[in-house]
Amino acid sequence: MHAINYESPKTIDEAVKLLAAHGEKARPLSGGTDLLIQLRAGTRRPDFVVDIKHIADLCKISFSAQHGLSLGAAVPCLEIHENPHLRRHYPGLTEAAHLIGSLQIQSRATVGGNLCNGSPAADTTPALIALGAMARIAGPGGERTVPVEGFCLSPGRTVLKPGELLVEFQIPAPAKYSSDAYLRFIPRNEMDIAVVGVGVALTLDPANDHVVAARIALGAVGPTPIFATQAVQALVGKKLDDAAIANAGTLAIAAATPIDDMRGTAEYRRHVVGVLTRRALAIAATRAKASA
Amino acid sequence: MTQSTIKSEFTVIGTRPIRHDGIDKVTGRARYGADIALPGMLHGAVLRSPHAHARIRSIDMAKARRHPGVKAVVTGADFPEVKGVMAQVGELIVNTHYLSLNVMARGKVLYDGHAVAAVAATSRHVALEALELIEVDYEVLTPVMTAEEAMKPDAPVLLEELRTKLMAHRTDPGSAEGPDRPTNVPGHIRFERGDLAAGFRAAAHIVEREFVTAAVHQGYIEPQNALAIYGADGHVTIHCSTQGSFNVRTLTSSVLGIPEGSIRVVPAEIGGGFGGKTTVYLEPVATILSKLSGRPVKMVMSRADVLRATGPTSGTKMKVRMGAARDGTITAAEVWLAYEAGAFPGSPFAPGAMCTMAPYNVANLRIDSFDVVVNRPKVAAYRAPGSPASAFACETVIDELATLCGIDPLDFRILNGVREGMPQPAGPPYKRIGFIETCTAMRESAHYQARLEGPNRGRGVAAGFWFNGGLQSSATVNIHGDGSVSVVTGSVDIGGSRTTQAMIAAEVLGADINDVRPVVTDTDSIGHTDVTGGSRVALATGMAVYEAAHDALAQLKARAAKLWEKPIAEVRFAAGTFSAAGNGVPPMTLKQLATRLARTGGPIVGRATLNAGAVGAVGNAFAVACVDVEIDPETAKVRILRCSIAQDVGRALHPGYVEGQMQGALAQGIGWALSEEYFYDRNGLLRNAGLLDYRMPTCLDLPMIETVIVEVPNPHHPLGVRGVGEVGIVPPMAAVANAIYQAIGVRMTELPMSPPHLLKAIGQRGGVTLDSHAAAAD
Repeated sequence: MHAINYESPKTIDEAVKLLAAHGEKARPLSGGTDLLIQLRAGTRRPDFVVDIKHIADLCKISFSAQHGLSLGAAVPCLEIHENPHLRRHYPGLTEAAHLIGSLQIQSRATVGGNLCNGSPAADTTPALIALGAMARIAGPGGERTVPVEGFCLSPGRTVLKPGELLVEFQIPAPAKYSSDAYLRFIPRNEMDIAVVGVGVALTLDPANDHVVAARIALGAVGPTPIFATQAVQALVGKKLDDAAIANAGTLAIAAATPIDDMRGTAEYRRHVVGVLTRRALAIAATRAKASA
Repeated sequence: MTQSTIKSEFTVIGTRPIRHDGIDKVTGRARYGADIALPGMLHGAVLRSPHAHARIRSIDMAKARRHPGVKAVVTGADFPEVKGVMAQVGELIVNTHYLSLNVMARGKVLYDGHAVAAVAATSRHVALEALELIEVDYEVLTPVMTAEEAMKPDAPVLLEELRTKLMAHRTDPGSAEGPDRPTNVPGHIRFERGDLAAGFRAAAHIVEREFVTAAVHQGYIEPQNALAIYGADGHVTIHCSTQGSFNVRTLTSSVLGIPEGSIRVVPAEIGGGFGGKTTVYLEPVATILSKLSGRPVKMVMSRADVLRATGPTSGTKMKVRMGAARDGTITAAEVWLAYEAGAFPGSPFAPGAMCTMAPYNVANLRIDSFDVVVNRPKVAAYRAPGSPASAFACETVIDELATLCGIDPLDFRILNGVREGMPQPAGPPYKRIGFIETCTAMRESAHYQARLEGPNRGRGVAAGFWFNGGLQSSATVNIHGDGSVSVVTGSVDIGGSRTTQAMIAAEVLGADINDVRPVVTDTDSIGHTDVTGGSRVALATGMAVYEAAHDALAQLKARAAKLWEKPIAEVRFAAGTFSAAGNGVPPMTLKQLATRLARTGGPIVGRATLNAGAVGAVGNAFAVACVDVEIDPETAKVRILRCSIAQDVGRALHPGYVEGQMQGALAQGIGWALSEEYFYDRNGLLRNAGLLDYRMPTCLDLPMIETVIVEVPNPHHPLGVRGVGEVGIVPPMAAVANAIYQAIGVRMTELPMSPPHLLKAIGQRGGVTLDSHAAAAD
């Protein structure tokens, strides 16, 4: 019978050594809400499971209005949702974290795990991309940092090399008159994976309602989460009126490359990208105006 | 709310005691099949086909057999050849040859998930590892996935021996129809009356539509399981999750060629069935593995196994043409139905035909219905099998006709509705039924009377019909020395029937409900009892308990007479007390009399066995659903704002359980309407074999479901009971479709009415411009 070794390192160094020593045969365990299902289904068969939840550095949230947010890769979603600073400054991210599963699941599941699982439908990934989050990675050769929009390569595959471990996210300090929003569409009211997810972040000039900065990210409409750059470029410098919002929606649709599957048709997904982009922009704008 | 035409003369019946099995269930102590473990027990696992349609060239079990911990392996070669016998097993008509091929494939695999081989090993993990060591060589064939495809003359044929047979009625073996050549359409049934052409000539409005419904699963929460112990003496004991222990005995006996008398089936607590647990899958396999290994063998399905290889009910293709005169009278209806049976013949195409239009008295009517084999799992019964799909089609068209005639949809149904003496589609006239009363109760309900306002909101109603099953039941009522009573039946309790049976015995004997213990026992400990299904348990087994309790009561009276030295006729029984006229005869309660049993002749066992009659002959049930929806016009997501169901239940023995059946049926119907579907890819492989992507509604998707209990007593039953378990699932799909039409003016003819389907329909009507098209044009 196939046996699995469970390891529980206490430091990033120990974890990296274990992961490096066993290469493809090792898999980090964060919340386990994806990994356990994959073990059961036989889609992943590691010989070593490296539990990273006992590494203190990976379980920390530190926020300052000046430096922004450092979010440990193994912080559970519920802790993110319950953090008053994060709820105030990054409501889109906390909403995304709160959409994942039930309270029990949120107590285990982590934003880091959500990203490393490499699913294009991960709820927190578009929210991170919208915020301009950077992923700090530790590895046998030292550390590196990559933008979250460059982290996923294809379904289930990421930039992490054997031995590498996602350590934390660095998220810029919130600018004045800025905010974010994340919306997803699911056919039921719970229990579903996103058919479409849209994360947006906006910074406005309150004097004339112009867009100073914007980021839009799409989930579940391509092999990886998508950073909709053209939709963003069309917004910056423009007055955020209905026409600008509609245009951003149309350009977001153009960035999507969805497929037909049991969760929805490609045609439907493209349509909903437009709907959610418009709705999320409107929410983020309202929040941005109220943020000062 | 209960609208009763009868006054209650009862003390226990009609009340709402808590269920006898409730505390064990909510504290996790109830024992389900998967909880049972025996010393030396092995774990079995099934290798399932990865192809929808393929010929098996060879199966090599050598490596699996040698894997450490494996104690037995089986393939189809280990099963006896079973001759094709159409066996009436309870309400089911089962072809035992095809049942055997479904339990373990031979020659061909006919669907993704079809069982190909099985192993028994010292642990479940070892068994699963051994499955990976089995080498099967397949010649992959083209799959046929829908009724429409399968009926084409050039469609690949699943089973060479099938020929189309025309049947006159549900249990008719049928006679050859058409040329003697292989077909995927083994069955055709037709009901016809009046002059269709004349009926359509008399119509002021004619509506003609085609419908498609997706296959859906029963969705019971507990996967199938079986534990078989093949004794050294050749006797077999099977513990399993089933709706019918006697069914399991008969079907396992025919698949394995073991005498029925050598098999004892012990039903475990059941975590739902909805019809899906009326047949066998694992039981014969576990029995052979136990025989080969000499050890008890337990098998438990995964959720994926359940979805790939058990149930579901048929997907359908349907066509309806119906006409109405200006005054709203339906003048003609022509209905064409095709039901996907899955890999082997036996879809509910006949009941589908018998039920559609059953609520209406239509002079000119023709219904054709077809059984069609496709490369999908063999369908099993699912709550009112056949009726929900055909009702979706006809009830949608009826709604359109009502709109065209400018008549309220419930008034339209009352105008055309069936009453006592009018014919059913299959011919026989109705006895006393409560369709008009049910429509009227809904029309007068708080829900229907309330106004619905706001944009993108609409209200829809629809009606439905289903039979009551009669069939065989047995019961014993034991009077114990302390005056307590045990009620023993063979009816597996799914919806609270144990407590309902106890209530009937308590009512007859004047006992406290808490002094009555209901027990469901195994096949050796009670007389034959048919399946828990067909809405028959409260009705037929209830009838047996009623008679058995009266038998016990008569014996108790005889004991009292003996004690008092009086003629039996002088013993009176009222309000739980035995008495007789004359001085020196103190009245006795049941408890007091029970203490004297040993001295007056020994224990008392009341008994009754019966056949309550053929399905449908013993009673009929109608339901009407009303649903309010709100639609997000941008995403086409449907929200259920309010929903209610009115149903003629004859008499509500335990109103709480009756309401539970009505609510559960409506909830399942709404899942069928909006989100549930088997999603196969182009190779015929099931892509949503899990509850994440096979979307049943959760409690967050439904409001509290309002119930209107209508009581028009069933003349065939001593207590007036009608079967209540099934009919509630018949109307919801059309009710939701009709509500969507009222909300946004789009007629949905395809299930599920999921957001992608609905958005497409809105787009085709020109309701919204699809953003995706706008983007594509850029």
